[in-house]
Amino acid sequence: MSMSADDLVQLDRRIVLATQAGLPLDARPYHRLASELGVEPDVVMERFRIMLDDGRIRRIGVVPNHYRLGYSVNAMSVWDVPDGNIKAIGKKVGALDIVSHCYHRPRHPPDWPYNLFAMVHGHSQEEVRYKIERIARLLGDKVRRHDVLLSTRILKKTGLRIGN
Amino acid sequence: MDELDRRIINRLQGGFPVCECPFLEAAELLGTTESELIARIQCMLDDGRLTRFGPLYHAENMGGALSLCAMKVPAGSFDERAEQVNAFPEVAHNYQRDHELNMWFVLATETPEQLDECLHEIEKTTGLPVINLPRKEEFYVGPHFKV
Repeated sequence: MSMSADDLVQLDRRIVLATQAGLPLDARPYHRLASELGVEPDVVMERFRIMLDDGRIRRIGVVPNHYRLGYSVNAMSVWDVPDGNIKAIGKKVGALDIVSHCYHRPRHPPDWPYNLFAMVHGHSQEEVRYKIERIARLLGDKVRRHDVLLSTRILKKTGLRIGN
Repeated sequence: MDELDRRIINRLQGGFPVCECPFLEAAELLGTTESELIARIQCMLDDGRLTRFGPLYHAENMGGALSLCAMKVPAGSFDERAEQVNAFPEVAHNYQRDHELNMWFVLATETPEQLDECLHEIEKTTGLPVINLPRKEEFYVGPHFKV
């Protein structure tokens, strides 16, 4: 069975739509999915391997609810660092085991002078402050200013969805 | 939470196999059985310790667009504005934060054009300007929560 490039785009889209909320909890989940989609299991598994390889899928596994696991404090630490050094600085911060996400984002003066974002989670505000001090020590005098925005309420958390 | 639940959470946040019987393969590595692993995941999904089980897709690598947006919402109308923003299916997460910019949400769309459109719609609906902070570079994404 051979599929055109266009067929594959369509198939990948159907796979995403069918699995963005989760994989079937079936002993043979890819086979189950394949029969729902009306394609061969080998084709479905190959598409998953390809999407893992090319980065369309980050990973396959369990997604814990960090609030339920005691990580109740979610802090967005934001830093104003020189744009010229941000690559090296961002890599160092991202490599810290206490940082869950680390991004370079644009400044938005005058409201927003920060260009480096590092998310930190913890069981208490104290733990999070301590972790953010570690980032501050690592960055040293590279930081012109920084701030910490604690989340006070989750307003929505559905995750990414296509085909709304 | 017993030792097996912990092992599942700590060791199965990625790397779930792609093969005919992936639960069997994963169960062997975790020191349990296929049926027990399936039952444990189902139980942790049911009681909310897990939000999801399956593939985690990368929006930009899928050709889509993703951005972090912030708004300054007056305290008196915060809940009403939150409801308006949350009603957009493109809003994936939304958090209230202790800052003058007090509403922070992630927008995800299938194309970059849709993202711009959605931003304008949100501004129109709420009557408030939205600060758009699309990622320029990703240094690390991989929340790995240990329990």
